[in-house]
Amino acid sequence: MQSETATDTVLDVRDLRTYFKLDEHVVKAVDGVSFSIRRGETLGIVGESGSGKSVACLSALGLVPRPPAFHPSGQVLYRGRNLLGLPERQLQNLRGNRLAMIFQDPMTSLNPYLRVSRQLTEVLEVHKSATATEARRAAIAMLERVGIPDAARRIDNYPHQFSGGMRQRVMIAMALLCEPEVLFADEPTTALDVTIQAQILELIAELKHTFGTAVVLITHDLGVVAGTTDRVAVMYAGRIVEEGPTSEVFASPTHPYTLGLLESLPRIDAGPEGELAAIPGLPPDLAHLPSGCPFHPRCSRVLDRCRESYPPQVVLSPTHSAACFDIEVAS
Amino acid sequence: MSAARGGVVNESRLSADRPLLDVRDLTVHFPVPRPGGGLVREFDIVRAVDGVSFSVRRGETLGLVGESGCGKSTTGRAVLQLLPPSSGEVFFDGQPIHSWWVRRGRRFAWDARLRELRRRMQMIFQDPHASLDPRMTIEGIIGEPLGNFGLATGAARRPRVQELMETVGLNPRFMRRYPHEFSGGQRQRVGIARALALGPEFIVADEPISALDVSIQAQILNLLARLRDELGLTVLFVAHDLAAVRHVSDRIAVMYLGRIVEVAAASTIVSNPLHPYTRALISAVPVPDPVREKSRQRIVLTGDVPSPVNPPSGCPFHTRCPLREDRCRVDVPRLRTIAPGHDVACHLVG
Repeated sequence: MQSETATDTVLDVRDLRTYFKLDEHVVKAVDGVSFSIRRGETLGIVGESGSGKSVACLSALGLVPRPPAFHPSGQVLYRGRNLLGLPERQLQNLRGNRLAMIFQDPMTSLNPYLRVSRQLTEVLEVHKSATATEARRAAIAMLERVGIPDAARRIDNYPHQFSGGMRQRVMIAMALLCEPEVLFADEPTTALDVTIQAQILELIAELKHTFGTAVVLITHDLGVVAGTTDRVAVMYAGRIVEEGPTSEVFASPTHPYTLGLLESLPRIDAGPEGELAAIPGLPPDLAHLPSGCPFHPRCSRVLDRCRESYPPQVVLSPTHSAACFDIEVAS
Repeated sequence: MSAARGGVVNESRLSADRPLLDVRDLTVHFPVPRPGGGLVREFDIVRAVDGVSFSVRRGETLGLVGESGCGKSTTGRAVLQLLPPSSGEVFFDGQPIHSWWVRRGRRFAWDARLRELRRRMQMIFQDPHASLDPRMTIEGIIGEPLGNFGLATGAARRPRVQELMETVGLNPRFMRRYPHEFSGGQRQRVGIARALALGPEFIVADEPISALDVSIQAQILNLLARLRDELGLTVLFVAHDLAAVRHVSDRIAVMYLGRIVEVAAASTIVSNPLHPYTRALISAVPVPDPVREKSRQRIVLTGDVPSPVNPPSGCPFHTRCPLREDRCRVDVPRLRTIAPGHDVACHLVG
């Protein structure tokens, strides 16, 4: 994937923090997350519920309501401009246009009262000043592109008239109409069955290839990450704990959390196994985070200082890093 | 969990006599109002389960897999007689439990024998948020079955509740707490303790881990496997996650559109699937290994699952099958034994 154009960074997120003020507490949903993504690249962000993976992406697009959210620091650089400081109007010009997002549940993200045609053509009329006829023609072409049979007729259906997989295709068509540079896909296949998931993942990969779109794929499924991403960032309690090329992270997972996740998964391709190596304990409560490294109460390699301060990012290779004291000691 | 799990069936654990559960040609049909009907209400029939036969030996874990809407959960409920079967037979320990219903006006109700059967067969539900009464304490929830069957009430049931909580890995100190004070994984443990309260022999676990976080799923799978082995439970494990099902099951039955299309030992289903649907399903399961993912041949099916209101003629899978022939559109393939312990419903196999 290292063709000449693939080195262009399209989005650069630096030390992003998104905190929420809830009652007396400050919930640090995203706490110093940095990543960048290049043209035509797929970055996987994995983590469990509450790890901050969705909020990080919603914040980057200015989609988290402020207040209760606030950003004590951080930058989201798109073509040299910091999206965090951009006026809402200018953000709106970018969202759905240069930066698009698809969500987990297409039924709640599509307007049930409007025909699909209206929802698709609106994007083009707003962002590209297309005429109604042009927009409709482009929308039908895109529906065909994402594999909706009989698109010219189906475009006049309402969302409920589509199956789950077809609705997700409609969402993807909508997101791609303006040929965005970055596509954020938040658990795009979690609500779908595996055979339909395979169809949708194949479609995203194919469209990425055709349009050179950079894709940020947010998921909890390490299998999906393994099959579809170039790089992966593993999040835990609002921070990236390990990041690197997908092949490297899966071949030599280094952070105890990454390692634990991979070892705890039952695998369809493995031989008969004994007991699964489960990670003990529970994911942390963001409003009452443990001191130091938030993973330390569940970690088998915990050191004294893990309880005191957050570990530094340890560089394992020019592209692979992890935040852990135990790794720092070892290296 | 024995090392033989998911591989060769551990024969010593299973009894050779008649199966504990024997399901024959079970159907469950639901009437649904036809959309856009006029003054006279007309009904369509959803064929949720459409002629399913299988058996489970004592001590065995049978995995029932399939995609949403294939009828796997409905099968689990009909087996427990939580839903009246539309036709077919369910024998539990040799007894025809499908006939233990009484008609009350337009409704069906359990007779006394079926109620008593709850002591021997229980269910673990998918959603630990929806299946626990938010206004009851954990003690009330786990102890309720004991009261229902007159085994213990009030303070007398407390030692048993404490014992059950310890069995599933919950601290008995939290007996007086309410479900909302627990995480999803802990709530699922409460649901498991409740299912075990009456000391059942047979458990239907309906998607017991799909609502849980990834790092918690392994904990609950391990717990279920340990309890199964320690208590000698027979389990029908209903789930869509093939990797998890393969991990806990001795045999796996694959469902599609209300029918079983293939049954075999868990390792055989994964290593040598014969039905075209099973093959596509196995190939679509993502594997957490980028090298393998790149080299895998994925069979991507076209189209969607047809509606169970109007299932296709002939083989229910023919509309998406890459191998279909003319006769698949006409003749319904029967489940046939292709190899010992390996049954497939496909005209083109064997």
